[in-house]
Amino acid sequence: MKRLISALALSASLALPALAEPDPKDWDAVVAEARGQTVFWNAWGGDPRINDFIASVGDEIEERYGITLEHVKVSDTATAVTRVVSEKAAGRDEGGAVDLIWINGENFVSMKRNDLLFGPFAEDLPNWQYVDTEGKPAVLIDFTEPTDGLESPWAMAQLVFEYDAEMLPNPPRSAQELLEYAVENPGRVAFPQPPNYLGGTFLKQILYGVLDDPSVLQVPAETVDYDAVTAPLWAYLDELTPNLWRSGRAYPQNEPRLAQLLADGETDLSFALNPARASAAIADGELPESVRTYVFDEGTIGNASFVAIPYNASHKAAALVLANHLLDPATQARAQDPNVLGFQTVLNMEALSADQRAAFDALDLGIATLAPADRGVSLNEPHASWMVRIEEEWAARYGVAE
Amino acid sequence: MLLSKPVSGGVADALLRQTPRLTIGLLLLPVGAGIFGTLAPALGWMPALGGSALTLDAFRSLIAWPGFWEALRLSLVTGIVSTALSLGLTLWLVASWQGTALFRTITRLLSPLLSVPHAAAAFGIAFLIAPSGWIARLFSPWATGWTRPPDLLIVQDPWGLTLILGLVAKETPFLLLMTLAALQQVDGNRSRILAESMGYGRVTAWMKTVLPLIYPQIRLPVYAVLAYGMSVVDMAVILGPTRPSPLAVQTVTWITDPDLSLRFQASAAASVLLFAVIAALIAWWLTEKLAARAGQRWVFAGARGARRVQASRGVALSLAATSSALVFLGMLGLALWSFTGLWRFPDVLPASYRLTTWEREGPVMFGTATDTVLLAGTSVALALVFVIGCLEAETRLKIRVHPASLLILYLPLLVPQIGFLPGLQTLAISFGVDGGFWVVVAAHLVFVLPYMFLSLADPWRALNPQYETVAAALGAGPNRSLFAIRLPLLLRPILTASAVGFAVSVGQYLPTLLIGGGRVETLTTEAVALASGGNRRIIGVYALAQMILPFVAFALALIVPTLLFRRRRGMAIS
Amino acid sequence: MTALSLENLEIAQGDRVLVRQTVTVAAGEVLTIMGPSGSGKSTLLNAILGTLAPEFRCAGDIRLEERSLIGVPLRQRRVGVMFQDSLLFPHLSVGANLAFALPADVKGRAARATRVAEALEQAGLAEFADRDPETLSGGQKARVALMRTLLAEPRLLLLDEPFSKLDTDRRAQLRSFVFQRIIDRGIPALLVTHDVEDARAAGGAVVSPLGEALAV
Repeated sequence: MKRLISALALSASLALPALAEPDPKDWDAVVAEARGQTVFWNAWGGDPRINDFIASVGDEIEERYGITLEHVKVSDTATAVTRVVSEKAAGRDEGGAVDLIWINGENFVSMKRNDLLFGPFAEDLPNWQYVDTEGKPAVLIDFTEPTDGLESPWAMAQLVFEYDAEMLPNPPRSAQELLEYAVENPGRVAFPQPPNYLGGTFLKQILYGVLDDPSVLQVPAETVDYDAVTAPLWAYLDELTPNLWRSGRAYPQNEPRLAQLLADGETDLSFALNPARASAAIADGELPESVRTYVFDEGTIGNASFVAIPYNASHKAAALVLANHLLDPATQARAQDPNVLGFQTVLNMEALSADQRAAFDALDLGIATLAPADRGVSLNEPHASWMVRIEEEWAARYGVAE
Repeated sequence: MLLSKPVSGGVADALLRQTPRLTIGLLLLPVGAGIFGTLAPALGWMPALGGSALTLDAFRSLIAWPGFWEALRLSLVTGIVSTALSLGLTLWLVASWQGTALFRTITRLLSPLLSVPHAAAAFGIAFLIAPSGWIARLFSPWATGWTRPPDLLIVQDPWGLTLILGLVAKETPFLLLMTLAALQQVDGNRSRILAESMGYGRVTAWMKTVLPLIYPQIRLPVYAVLAYGMSVVDMAVILGPTRPSPLAVQTVTWITDPDLSLRFQASAAASVLLFAVIAALIAWWLTEKLAARAGQRWVFAGARGARRVQASRGVALSLAATSSALVFLGMLGLALWSFTGLWRFPDVLPASYRLTTWEREGPVMFGTATDTVLLAGTSVALALVFVIGCLEAETRLKIRVHPASLLILYLPLLVPQIGFLPGLQTLAISFGVDGGFWVVVAAHLVFVLPYMFLSLADPWRALNPQYETVAAALGAGPNRSLFAIRLPLLLRPILTASAVGFAVSVGQYLPTLLIGGGRVETLTTEAVALASGGNRRIIGVYALAQMILPFVAFALALIVPTLLFRRRRGMAIS
Repeated sequence: MTALSLENLEIAQGDRVLVRQTVTVAAGEVLTIMGPSGSGKSTLLNAILGTLAPEFRCAGDIRLEERSLIGVPLRQRRVGVMFQDSLLFPHLSVGANLAFALPADVKGRAARATRVAEALEQAGLAEFADRDPETLSGGQKARVALMRTLLAEPRLLLLDEPFSKLDTDRRAQLRSFVFQRIIDRGIPALLVTHDVEDARAAGGAVVSPLGEALAV
């Protein structure tokens, strides 16, 4: 065992001396260095539409910059984070396997606090000039954690609810109405089991709905009376849980399985962080054409998706070029096309040229997608500490059979 | 020729002598190192995350987690119950049907059943039995009155019954295959005739005379099934309870949690699972001893077996038929989904069909399939060298394999993957060898080699040694005798073993993902990533692709020798 | 008294007739079927046991104590069989091998053990009950196997070359042991062999599988 430990230490000390890191301020040099590199982008692989989009981005950067894109399809973003942790554990501070991660929220906070990220780089990207930092503050603050240029946004997300207008003409339009609906129609409402990302978002949405003054959520939970603030949430859930799908004795694990429940007719409501998901699913025949989306009267949670570069990435230059390309107005317009992805752009329309803007104006919203003006208030993500404590308490209260 | 012979023989013998030791090292080292890499963080040692002191904190926080005891109980119960049911069904089926024409038909269904990936089987079963599933659709609304699916907790029930059902459906074929192999080693048929001539019923006769002889040979496969059932992740995510999940699933959740401090707790959970598996194996072994003692008394008492027991063969058959029908119909359902547009409850068939899914996934899948075949082919070829090397060393140098080495051979199958692979990954990274094609091949070898050895050893040892004597008398050296006599004679079992190894390699998920660093993609890693999306259409596409590769391998193993030896009646399957 | 009768029994594989027999065997008598290997001797035994492979066609009747055996499950035929390998169950002691055959209506461990001990004593193997069958000599194994077959109280005994694996001295001893038991029990027996000495020692009629009487 002693030899094993010394072997570990040896391999750590043998790590190559650090090479010069690419500097995004000298963009031409970055592009030159990136040519011929292969960039490994670790991104969730559970949605074929996203996979197609990433593949097409790969074709573009191959042609334009001579970069090969390998989409490492992970079943969970944390897999990529784990990978970087394991590499750090093993002393691999150079030549890591992950070049770029699709990330936000807790995963970002965790990597940032453990010094696992390269940068700051985001604000030096040439296409940063188009990013809407005024109108979409979520591109700078990820779950109340300042991004500090360690991650670059590429899409906006907002929680929208999905329902079949033929089966349910008047869907519940607030947290309170949702509870009433569930009590009257037991077994027809579900949410993914926290700590699933979307399930956690649902809890935060309800928290907003039951608080008189939600502004308390923007400060760390430790600085206020957590128990008093969250008491109405638990009262709400105590009433909701027995009326959930399967009486709350089982939960769907993730967004696609929640969506499948709506498609199978097992529930009346579904929700997603991509406002155009329902239209795309209708186009693919996965949902009936009568499905529509809406938001709560009190507004719904909105956030941004980012990409970040691990501190030990092998191909940082290519990762930078890719992050920049994702902010390209043409790429953003294609991502917003509901026939492609339907992800909302992070760019400021005012900052674009008329030609660039025309590409966005020409987009058809899709049959079930709300126009941006109909999406109501976008609520800020609470400070990450809230989610941590709420998930823990939810698990203790409802996550384990009594 | 005359000069080179003794030289090459000497070198070959020296190499051959080392092969068994090398093989054991190849299996022992990764498992041992991986367990170390799991236990160390559980005890607080993981410098990268600031853990450098020996402490039991990780275990304390694990036990403080409110779901701990329930999760552990679930792992134990689902593992033990599914193993007991699979074994019981296998033995019941063989006892009551062995030697009949129907039994031969059943054995033919084995390879397609074994080719179905675990996760795909689970998805298929879930689609069949869910309240909005195929069976409910078949009877709705005309018989049930359901226009909307009822709110019934079937899949993911808190007792883990659906998970047990899924495990039984997948593990029974495996145990049946192992039992068939063991049966070839004993004269079961004449023992049965003898016992029946003394008035014994078929089932009782088999249980009293054949089972005690074959059980020692299927014991290790049974242990592997038990260890697998207790630590299964992919099937448990789909069919198992979630409040809480079984311990293995919970471990994966913690390993992949953004809160890195949970990594210690995950290691503690993996260690607990490891010890739980060991404890369950010991308990099972003790139960075997007690059962054997009770069995001796039962035999001595001479009971011939009630009529009812003998009549139960129909029940055994229908249970087996149901469990395989679940897998096959589930796969059929998924296959249908892959061509489906909209398919709402309670429609029995889809409202619209489309090729979109295949068009979208097909081209990507082709490239991945090529890599998968390359990886599996290389692993199998290497494993074949080691396996034949070991067996030839046994034949030529008369090295007898110690029973303990059989245990080592089974070690990678007995230790839960989640208990040693994360640790192994850290080690692979620290030596800078992860992510490459060859390391992944090496990781696959750890699992491919045992299965291939187990599959080839019996036919190899059963080959009449007098062929060798005849060849030697005609002047053939040991090498010529190996290449010109033994290998051709054993072509069929060699190809079957290769097909088994191929299927095992294709099915590896955690080893490929963790050791390959996400850079080595196979159909299985792709399928699991896509399955996380739960989209039945895509799961259908990948499940079929994942099933076709091993199936082709098994088919080739059957067809090639038949073609090669079509003019040799002595080489036909008897 | 006629115990076993084969009536127009004819067994064929494809066009080839292997067995043709019309014969009766009285209680305590041994009928010997003699012929070279592959001539259909074992086929006849399989027909009497009811374990013929499906490719064989079988016509005629087999009657044991006036009862036709055709279609009767093996377990109800009450036909005992002794093969050339003793086929003692290797996982059971010698005593347990015998207890296996003893009918279940002999109740109680002590009572069964007594019956087993008696049987072993008859075979000249007293005190052998706890032995591992593998430690017995060929002749001892064969005697245990015969006692085991007889303990099940069969109404007919089939002997499938039971002496062929023994050396000449032992063979003579075992033959007289076996034939004496048959006379004691008063059951008919059918001996299959290719050894003229066996046929002579059996003392009964000797026929080929196709029913021709043979002089020995």
